[in-house]
Amino acid sequence: MPYNRKVMEHFTQPRNVGEMKDADGVGKASNNVDGDLVVIYLKVKDEIIQGVSFQTFGCAAAIASSSMFTEMVKGKSIEAAQRIDKQMVAEALEGMPANKVECSILAPEAFRQAVEDYRQRKESSLRKNGVYLAKE
Amino acid sequence: MEHIYFDNSATTRVDPRVAEAMMPYFDKWYGNASSLHSFGREASEALDEARERTANAIGSKSQEIVFTSGGTESDNLAIQGVAFANRDAGDHIITSAFEHHAVLNTCRFLETQGFRVTYLPVTSVGMVDPELVKEAITKRTILVSIMTANNEIGTVQNVREIGGISHDNGLLFHTDAVQGIGKLPLEVNKDNIDLLALSAHKFHGPKGVGALFVRKGTNLRPLVYGGGQERGLRSSTENIPGIVGLGKAIELSKLELEENVARMTSVRDRIIDGTLVGVTGCRLNGHRVRRLCNNANFRFDYIDGEALVLNLDVKGFATSTGSACSARSTEASHVLKAIGIESEHARGSLRITLSKMNSMAEAEAYLETIKEVVTRLRSISPVAMLSKQEGGA
Repeated sequence: MPYNRKVMEHFTQPRNVGEMKDADGVGKASNNVDGDLVVIYLKVKDEIIQGVSFQTFGCAAAIASSSMFTEMVKGKSIEAAQRIDKQMVAEALEGMPANKVECSILAPEAFRQAVEDYRQRKESSLRKNGVYLAKE
Repeated sequence: MEHIYFDNSATTRVDPRVAEAMMPYFDKWYGNASSLHSFGREASEALDEARERTANAIGSKSQEIVFTSGGTESDNLAIQGVAFANRDAGDHIITSAFEHHAVLNTCRFLETQGFRVTYLPVTSVGMVDPELVKEAITKRTILVSIMTANNEIGTVQNVREIGGISHDNGLLFHTDAVQGIGKLPLEVNKDNIDLLALSAHKFHGPKGVGALFVRKGTNLRPLVYGGGQERGLRSSTENIPGIVGLGKAIELSKLELEENVARMTSVRDRIIDGTLVGVTGCRLNGHRVRRLCNNANFRFDYIDGEALVLNLDVKGFATSTGSACSARSTEASHVLKAIGIESEHARGSLRITLSKMNSMAEAEAYLETIKEVVTRLRSISPVAMLSKQEGGA
C-alpha cells in the first residue's frame, strides 16, 4: 500500500487539474467495474500539445498518475504523446505499488479519446469551411 | 504538525498505567510461571491476578478465562474448538455474513472439514435479526457465533437475545467481543454467552495478547499442544507482561466505563452530526442509535476512500476506509457488501473510530478539515461535475 514521495506529491498537489472550457479535444475513459473515471482536455496547435488538463475519480494512484501523465504529454507532439503508456507513467513516478500500476491505465486511454475528438472536430470544421480531406 | 489518531478500532495507544504495570515483568520478575522458584511464583501470582481482573470485568469465574495471543486466536479456539470437540453432536454452525475475518475464515475452513455453515444476512443498517437465528437452527446445529459489535460500522447486536435463543435450543453461543470491551457493559451470564473473545490492544492494552472466556463445562479441542498451560487449552509459556497488561487494561476499562462511554459518545455525535450537516453528498453507514460509542462510518459521493484517507493523513488525521482499490477493481469490504452497499457507493467510505483519549477539540479540527478535503477531492473528480450536468444527485 505505501506510496513513495513522488506519488504522494502528485496526489496532494496534482498538476493541470480541472475542466478546460475552450479545449480542442475532450476524452473520457472509465472502468465499468468500479466507476473509476478520467477526463482529459487538450489544446492543440500544429500537432503539438499546447495545453492539457484532467479530472479523475479514483484512488490516489489514479490521481497521481493522471497528474504525471499530463506533465509528460505537455509540449509533445500528438504522435509522441500517444506512445506514453502506464508503465512509463509509473516509472516517471519512481515506481508504483504492483497492484496499483493498473490504476494509471485510464489517463492514456482518455488521452487517445481526446485526440480522436480533436481530429473529428478539426475535420468537421474544415468541412464547414469547404475543405475536404483526402482519405488515405 | 500534530497527529490526531482516529483509528482506534484498528488498535489503540497503550494506557501509560498499563505500560507501567507491565514493566516489572520484563526486567524484574521475568520468571516462567511454571517454575518453582520465587521468580516463577511472582509470575504465577501475576497470572492469577490478571485472570481475576479479566473475569471480574466480564462477570465470569477466573477458571473460565484462557489467555491467548489475541482476538483471532480466541475466535479460532472457540469455533474450531467447539466444532472438533462436538462433532458427534452435530456439524452445523450459524454465524453472520459480516463477522470479522477471524470468524468468517475459520468457518470457511471448517466447511472444508465437512462442517456446514449458515451465514445469516444482516439488515441495511447492519443488524442480525434474532428471528433468523431461530429459523436457521437445525438438529445438527452445535454453535451460534454472532459478533457483539461490528468492527467497521459499529452496529451493536442483540447478543443477549441471540444467546437466549441459542440456549433455549441447547446450543453454545460464541461472540467476538473484540470491539465491545471498554465500550459496552458485557456480562457473560446475563448476556447468555458461553464463549467470548477479546483482545487487549483494542482497549489500551498491549498487542499480542487476548483471552477467551469459556463457560465451565464447555468441551473444546485445543489448537496448540504442548506443556498443558491454560488448563491444556493453550499450551505455551504464558506471556506474563502481556497478560498483566491485559488484566490492567480491562480492569481500567471496566472501572472507567461510564465516563469513557459518555466522553466518546459526545465526541462521536459531534463528528456524525457535524459531518452530515457540513458536507453535502454524505451518508452514515450503519445504525444511528445501536452503534458503538466510538464509531462513525460515512460514505461520500464522487470520491474514493483511499484518496480520502491519504489526504486526511496528510492533514494529520489517521482514519481508515472500507474500500480497497487494487488492480483495476475497487472491492467494497464484505461488511459494506453485507449491508447492501454496492461497490460504486462504497467507494467513498470513511471510518472514524475514537478512544477515551480523543477530545472534542479534535472533533472540531476534523470537521474543519473534512470539508476542505472533500471539496478538494471533488474538485479533481469529474463525477461531481458530470452528475451536475445530468442533473443527478
